[in-house]
Amino acid sequence: MASIPSPIHPESLRAVNKIAELSGQNVHECMQCGTCSAVCPMVSSMGFTTRQGIHYLQFGQVEPVLQARIGEFCASCHTCVVRCPRGIDVPRVFEAVRQLVLRTNTDLVTLGDIPKDTLAEAPQIAFVSTFRKLTS
Amino acid sequence: MDTAALTEKVAAKAVPIYIMGKRYEVPEALTIMKAMEYAGYQYIRGCGCRGGVCGACATVYRKAGDYKIYTGLACQTVVEPDMYLAQIPFYPANRATYDFESAEPTPETVFKLYPELFRCVACNACTKVCPMDVEVLDYVSALKRGDLKAAAEISFDCIQCGLCASRCMGEMAQYHIAQLARRLAGGKLAAKAEHLGKMCADIEGGAFADLLGGLKSMSVDELKKVYTEREMEPHMGADEWTPASSHGLA
Amino acid sequence: MTIGYYPGCTLKTKAANLEVAALAALDHLGIEVAELPRWNCCGAVFSLATDDLIHQVAPVRNLIRAAEQGCDTVVTICSQCYNTLARANRLVREDAEKRDTLNRFMTEEPDYAGEVEVVHYLSLLRDRVGWERLRAAVTNPLTGLRVAPFYGCTLVRPGDVAIDAVDPAILEGFIAALGAEPVSFTAARECCGSYQMIAHPEEGLRRAAKVIAAANASAADALILSCPLCEYNLGTRQGDVVAAHDGLEHVPTFYFTQLLGVALGLDPELCRLDLSGPAATTLLTERKYIAAATA
Repeated sequence: MASIPSPIHPESLRAVNKIAELSGQNVHECMQCGTCSAVCPMVSSMGFTTRQGIHYLQFGQVEPVLQARIGEFCASCHTCVVRCPRGIDVPRVFEAVRQLVLRTNTDLVTLGDIPKDTLAEAPQIAFVSTFRKLTS
Repeated sequence: MDTAALTEKVAAKAVPIYIMGKRYEVPEALTIMKAMEYAGYQYIRGCGCRGGVCGACATVYRKAGDYKIYTGLACQTVVEPDMYLAQIPFYPANRATYDFESAEPTPETVFKLYPELFRCVACNACTKVCPMDVEVLDYVSALKRGDLKAAAEISFDCIQCGLCASRCMGEMAQYHIAQLARRLAGGKLAAKAEHLGKMCADIEGGAFADLLGGLKSMSVDELKKVYTEREMEPHMGADEWTPASSHGLA
Repeated sequence: MTIGYYPGCTLKTKAANLEVAALAALDHLGIEVAELPRWNCCGAVFSLATDDLIHQVAPVRNLIRAAEQGCDTVVTICSQCYNTLARANRLVREDAEKRDTLNRFMTEEPDYAGEVEVVHYLSLLRDRVGWERLRAAVTNPLTGLRVAPFYGCTLVRPGDVAIDAVDPAILEGFIAALGAEPVSFTAARECCGSYQMIAHPEEGLRRAAKVIAAANASAADALILSCPLCEYNLGTRQGDVVAAHDGLEHVPTFYFTQLLGVALGLDPELCRLDLSGPAATTLLTERKYIAAATA
């Protein structure tokens, strides 16, 4: 049987499947209502909205989502989770996107760049959270 | 004892061990360090005090059919049959530089110098690998909550071998952070030992000059006599034992 | 019934003003809790990746510590500790396969299957003391004080660990019991900027500004919090937030336990107002809830 030519790069498809596995979420359940983006406290810092991020993933595209740094800016506040009409755990999806990057031994924050004053002033949980979410 | 008899005796009790994957037969009662020398290795580095305190000869090993990692100091640990071992004499570790005189004994000093502390995930691999049975996770936890005194106490037996750092998921060098805590706690938080200061002043004031002068002026025979006749604490003495003579001590 | 107390790292240093009055208040109200003799950092954020069990080890290890002490309940005050411990506890209870993997990984620990209940301090107050009894114990009611309750994220989300799942009103009930007036506040359950304040401070400040703006709009006298990271973003960094955004007014922030201590008439020293901004002390002395410092 001849294979059907696909516009999706096999590597991207593998990444999307990996996201499904790591998040336990099915992005195809999303109906693109945009509620998650409307309530997202960090959406203005992202390259595009969380809804668009999910849309790209539905079409097997990971690279644009990485470029938009959605995973990096998601603060896991879970505001979208309690509002999603389709019951998708959106932070888990973007945690998986972030994990794709972190698991290549890539850090999204450099410890040496954090000002010494901040290290002395901020609460310990700020650093524990930052390093868990943004370092490999 | 003649050499032939020694060789015969050793050969009778040889056990197989694997050093970096190669099999050797070594006498069973030897320490890992002596066994390696017996096998023909020569220590240039990775060997220090040979007395279990310098931390230079940290060794990891596994036993046949056992998934667990075991550790020990090569100079202290006796070989076991079929042990697979390698020494890890050095493990690269980030050590902060600081001016101790101006360093404040506060949690913030530690947080600024070693922010990687906050990458601990409590996996406990450090405690499990420590050849000195230091509860490494417990002192890392104490450091994260800023308790320098507790960290100093818990880490007291650390010999800086670095095995904890070799296993750390957070990629920190726990033992250097603990050393900073011990320095800050010991040098700046612990109460000054007043009796030590007093004794130093007494010595400088010549409190023992006569006693020392007396010893110095003795002949070898006189010294031997004084030495053998000295008062000793009995091996099975009561807890309340005190010497009959104060030798000038107040 | 033994209640273990899990403090969390920050409460032993920067957030002592969250802990000290809280423990004194429990003592005052006759609720006995005992700090766990050994504990480690909880990990602060619950790991969301399905295969990432190593980050569940830290919270579960603390729950094992509580079980070891014979506790059937462990109470926490820090919102992040609460969220992380409570979610890890649910994971252990609900996922037999992951529970088994965790137990086999921690060979040095006794097995754990979720025997301990994780509760937040506010739940303990509501369920074991009750607002009526608390109101009766208040000797220094904060009459006239308009307090905006800031829940943030981790006390109320996700729903399965929310301290008040159906209608989050626990802080409002608490404020009313102290004799103060709970103020309706649109940002009460929003994100404060969280840990993004470290890696992306501009975004963090922008987020914090929205919360401060909402507090200003509600004409609150004060904002109360239960999380040291919220306090850092909304309290410690408030000067930067206000400076970077036009039209914002300063609003004093308190940990809810500090106001509890004041209302119960505990020694003001226990409320550690010295660790909060000077505006906090000024507000309480101006309104005569506490005497001016006689320094």
